[in-house]
Amino acid sequence: MEKKIIYLDNAATTRTKPEVVEAMLPYFTEKFGNPSSVYEFAGQNKNAVTEAREVIAKALHTSAADIYFTAGGSESDNWALKAAMEAYQEKGNHLITSKIEHHAILHTCEYLEQHGCEVTYLDVDENGVVDLEQLKNAIRPTTVLISVMYANNEIGTVQPIKEIGRIAKEYGVLFHTDAVQAFGQLPIDVEEENIDMLSASGHKLNGPKGIGFLYIKKGLKLRSLIHGGAQERKRRAGTENVPGIVGFGKAAELAVSSMEARAKQETELRDYMIGRVLAEVPYVRLNGHRTKRLPNNANFSFQFIEGESLLIMLDMKGICASSGSACTSGSLDPSHVLLAIGLPHEVAHGSLRLTLSDETTKEDIDYTIEQIKEIVAKLRSMSPLYEDFMKRGIK
Amino acid sequence: MYSEKVMDHFTNPRNVGEIENASGVGTVGNAKCGDIMRIYLDIDDDKIIRDVKFKTFGCGAAVATSSMATELVKGKTIHEALQITNKAVMEALDGLPPVKVHCSLLAEEAIHAALWDYAEKNGIVIEGLEKPKSDIHEGEEEEGENY
Repeated sequence: MEKKIIYLDNAATTRTKPEVVEAMLPYFTEKFGNPSSVYEFAGQNKNAVTEAREVIAKALHTSAADIYFTAGGSESDNWALKAAMEAYQEKGNHLITSKIEHHAILHTCEYLEQHGCEVTYLDVDENGVVDLEQLKNAIRPTTVLISVMYANNEIGTVQPIKEIGRIAKEYGVLFHTDAVQAFGQLPIDVEEENIDMLSASGHKLNGPKGIGFLYIKKGLKLRSLIHGGAQERKRRAGTENVPGIVGFGKAAELAVSSMEARAKQETELRDYMIGRVLAEVPYVRLNGHRTKRLPNNANFSFQFIEGESLLIMLDMKGICASSGSACTSGSLDPSHVLLAIGLPHEVAHGSLRLTLSDETTKEDIDYTIEQIKEIVAKLRSMSPLYEDFMKRGIK
Repeated sequence: MYSEKVMDHFTNPRNVGEIENASGVGTVGNAKCGDIMRIYLDIDDDKIIRDVKFKTFGCGAAVATSSMATELVKGKTIHEALQITNKAVMEALDGLPPVKVHCSLLAEEAIHAALWDYAEKNGIVIEGLEKPKSDIHEGEEEEGENY
């Protein structure tokens, strides 16, 4: 018998919606032509790419000419940072980002530092929000770019993007945002929010994996990261991933049309879960901002226990989740995000991220909470940290 | 990721708990790195380990190696217990993923620390037993080659 899976790791990836797969299918076996070919058979594929581009552009309140398809969020982040720093090197070599970015940004920043760039990593407060005063003070005459994520992938905190965009505009600095977690979940308006570049990925919003885009505002001098053919207006070579692009377009269309209702449903369920966990499990804290967070994200730290143990035990009960513990990252340090919001190492090790989808039910959440309560109690009964804490408490 | 034996010892750990007035207690690791292991030994006058208990804060492998280590030392003399290496613990568990090998070192270290505590309490010297490091992760890189 197949055991029931309760999938609460939608920040890692999402189920590709059946409608999305259906939209993609003809582009494998029937309409397989290369969009760059001249004959009519291939021409229809070009139209499919154009349509998907228009859907995505509309979702961001921009024009289709500003959307460039890539192989995913990481490529988009790499491209935005490397190309912007190269294109504007006459202005300077300084970049500002935050300490809680995804590794696609942070490791690209490290690479750029090795190649002559200077990077300022902004602190965040205990809720994971960047400090706008610190941002203003960090801007130098040589600052080319500010890159701050729209919403954090671990703790769900949404950044004051509009304010950052306003500051960037005021100081004449470019503004890139990694919106991989936000696109399709939160309303985004690149014009109103003064966003110059924006990264997104298909598989975070029920689209396929291996497809993403970078929005590049008209007029920016960004060059290619991938050299070759003339695809994507000569800015991103490589035969278009037509099925992926079509799937991404369909997923974006569905995500935008259902956004309001989905956000409401997920937020209610999320808040119900947060409320119950905080009330029913002792020595637990919520990580991330209480309200300014992604509708589907909850992140807890359970004191005295370690996240990987918790994940394996949840997995045995059919629950898929993730943790910021070191053991799940393959290093000795726990999540850089949890450390940046000021958690001590041992508390960061005991973190659990649960990210919902529109398919998550109240029954799923109730079952998950019951399992969490049992598992946390079991792991604490085995924990020397808990033993010491209880003995200290009794004395 | 884990062998069946590791999963078995993780989900049904043997000898979890504390021993009051234990002959020796050893705690190793640190919370910063995410693993702390504490081993309690009850050693009789013939220097045989009559009972052993553990408590561990850590990942699945840390719990499983603690559990297996307690099984391996139970009923043994302190000299036999001293011979139990991290390799023996790993083998008994049908292996560990490479990133988890340090957990088995921690188990070996925890036993040594408990034996050291026993030796100190009784004013004896156990041949071949060195003072345990307070932090298993110190010098880990040098030990890396032995994996």
